[in-house]
Amino acid sequence: MPDGMLRRSFLGRGAAAVTTLALGGCTGIADAPWAINLLSEVENFTRRVQRLFAGSHALAPEFSKSDIAPVFRANGTLNPGTNDYAIHVSEGFKNWVIPVGGLVANPLRLSLADIRRFPARTQITRHDCVEGWSCIGQWTGAPLAHILALAKPKPEARYVVFYCADPMGSGDVDTQGNPIPPPFYYESLDLLEATHPQTILAYELNSQLLAVEHGAPIRLRAERQLGYKMAKYVQRIDLVDSFARIGGGRGGYWEDQGYAWYAGI
Amino acid sequence: MADTSESLPQGNLVEGDGLTDRLRAVLRLRPRKPSYLFYRHPIPVRVLHWVNAICLLVMLMTGLQIFNAHPSLYWGKSADFDHPILSMTAQGTADNFHGVTQIGPWTFHTDGVFGASDTDGVKTVRGFPAWATIPSASPDLALGRLWHFAFAWLIVINGLAYFAYVFWSGRFTRELLPTKADIADIPHEIVTHAKLQFPKGEAARHYNALQKISYFVVVFVLGPLIVLTGLTMSPTMDSAFHFLLWVFGGRQSARTIHFIVAFSFVGFFIIHMAALIASAPLNGLRSMITGWFAIEKDTKDA
Repeated sequence: MPDGMLRRSFLGRGAAAVTTLALGGCTGIADAPWAINLLSEVENFTRRVQRLFAGSHALAPEFSKSDIAPVFRANGTLNPGTNDYAIHVSEGFKNWVIPVGGLVANPLRLSLADIRRFPARTQITRHDCVEGWSCIGQWTGAPLAHILALAKPKPEARYVVFYCADPMGSGDVDTQGNPIPPPFYYESLDLLEATHPQTILAYELNSQLLAVEHGAPIRLRAERQLGYKMAKYVQRIDLVDSFARIGGGRGGYWEDQGYAWYAGI
Repeated sequence: MADTSESLPQGNLVEGDGLTDRLRAVLRLRPRKPSYLFYRHPIPVRVLHWVNAICLLVMLMTGLQIFNAHPSLYWGKSADFDHPILSMTAQGTADNFHGVTQIGPWTFHTDGVFGASDTDGVKTVRGFPAWATIPSASPDLALGRLWHFAFAWLIVINGLAYFAYVFWSGRFTRELLPTKADIADIPHEIVTHAKLQFPKGEAARHYNALQKISYFVVVFVLGPLIVLTGLTMSPTMDSAFHFLLWVFGGRQSARTIHFIVAFSFVGFFIIHMAALIASAPLNGLRSMITGWFAIEKDTKDA
């Protein structure tokens, strides 16, 4: 084969391969199930590497009072809008009780008064939304590690699941036309993140009781994670060995919509 | 490692049988001077170059998809929502809106490209248009992130392999590091580049001063900068390495720098392509695919 021919076919094949990959990335491959499975494995690898550096000890940066945003941006659900929740608001949440159950030796039923009696932690931290913005606020709450120690997780417990009071969306209808109620927000952390010193059940933002838009009366703070992990309107806490049979099986409401369970990046 | 480019014979004459010569004939260009083939890019450089090219494209397009989730940039630790440095938004009503881009105090009408553009024929509020993002639909932040963070590993591993190769092979000092003569030559190089005169003959065997400086800045400044600003956006990495925030002046500054560096890569790509097209497009492209670059014999050599 003459030299020129060889070179030409080389150029042609090279260009074709690059074009196929580039265009394929835009359309077919981007959401192909095998691609998502493969990329999810990479996501697990990312989690392991980040944990290698951050471990259980590294603290999220804390800021000074002058860094606090004048208005803390509220995102996601701004009001659960259910009758039950409206009653709790009108009662000043005095009947809001958070059961801590599942794989624990000592199930708890925590009222807000109980949670406020626990040793409190106040931290000025940066809230990072998955969308890309950040907002700095001062949170006060009870360290989750303290509550978990009281509940005494069983050895097989691996995750802490937070069930919330806000229904997501307006629901759907099944094939027979029967309404399917919308799913409620939920989230999960593994025990490493759940027992991190800055992981708290917060009841105050900037020295004020949590407003409805910020998740009143209790919002989770997990400061090394993105905002969607920090469930608002926390209503029930369960320890489980797997979240495969909860909701869509991926460990949280946004996770079930395709977002990463590990939200450290 | 021995560099074959130095030891290969120069007698491999190309006499009018190459693709470039046929194109020249079709385009009625003057026939090429006699030339020989010079082995310019060893295989690791070529493989790493093309893997990098694909990764950069995916990183850019998935990055723009991620940006579309909040198409504004800020400076500092947190977002001052009322005073973005840059924003791409839509103005008007829900039925009748148009895209605008704000940069500092200036606002530009960018309808159809930035702020609002068509997605599958339907006008949508979105920062960057469908043709610029992976996936093309917007918003698809979850998929954009999944792809971006996976290819981030690939591009970083590829970049580290390149660093290892150029230092280990001696290519860094031989071909990339600007010499004193290169620095002295900069004014002259700027003039000749502006006139679209490119080195010929023996001078084309090595990168010229502007090439060396631009490759050096892209590889050893912009590359690490975009990786570090990317890591600074990760709350867990900020917990492990507090100094990242100090270096870049906060997470939102890091995000803005990340964006500026990404578009510096786009700028580099445009200049890279312009220089390729203006100098010897097929010869240059071939050298990055097969390794062989045709060098015209200098009349004084003959």
